[in-house]
Amino acid sequence: MMREYAAEGRWPDLFHQIRRAQDEMNRLFASPRFALRPEFPQINVWAGADKAILKAEVPGVSPDQLDITVHQDIVTLRGKRDPEKVDGEAIAHRQERMHGPFARTIVLPFRVDADKVSARFDRGVLALELPRPAADRPRQIKVARG
Amino acid sequence: MAQQMTSMSPAAHTNGEGPTFVPPTDIFETKDAIIMHLDVPGADPESLDVTLEKRDLSISARSTGSAPEGYAAIHAEFRDGNYERAFTLSDQIDSERIDAVFKDGVLRLTLPKITPSPAKKITVKSA
Repeated sequence: MMREYAAEGRWPDLFHQIRRAQDEMNRLFASPRFALRPEFPQINVWAGADKAILKAEVPGVSPDQLDITVHQDIVTLRGKRDPEKVDGEAIAHRQERMHGPFARTIVLPFRVDADKVSARFDRGVLALELPRPAADRPRQIKVARG
Repeated sequence: MAQQMTSMSPAAHTNGEGPTFVPPTDIFETKDAIIMHLDVPGADPESLDVTLEKRDLSISARSTGSAPEGYAAIHAEFRDGNYERAFTLSDQIDSERIDAVFKDGVLRLTLPKITPSPAKKITVKSA
């Protein structure tokens, strides 16, 4: 994502970036050419000084069907969503939910420690905690008068 | 996105903050029942509401708490909000025996059809 600096301040304005990303998404979905569904799974990423948090909406996917790979600053989420079992013969009136294999790759804003990643699955949402290596974390710099 | 079938007014308790989403739904029909699967990831189980009024079925839920405190959002594709969907059912459904299971972010509804009572023979009295 392009880094954008507000004209008057010295701080990068993350809210601006989010707003722009959302505007782009809205424009993409509103366009008449848009025929694809939103990607599966939908992913959100948050970042802080100590770690990044990734959440993916994967309803109906069991955790053992998820294949999560982390390498430096890239997270790859692969898996397969099987159709729900229905007893007996069934006619399908409507099928809006995506089935089958999926794969998504997300680039984080910094490298993370792949050995310390933890994953939780709750109510169809996968939450990954990706801590930064201690050496990479931002440090407070003391200013000495001299 | 899929269309809404009827204009049902949503249950009062889901008029919270946040946008309203239409959960993607699969609908199957077997000999005995109609089976529906709705994707409602992150929904609070307490907030799930499934109501059948005559032939109008309405489903609502709230999803909250996806954003961790103290972290900046870098990439956002989904948000907290309300899930709402309404359907008009074609067959007669036995509302006493509707089964709803919420597991792993999927709401599975089984709506059994009313078993038709066998034809009654009516005796004719001759007066």
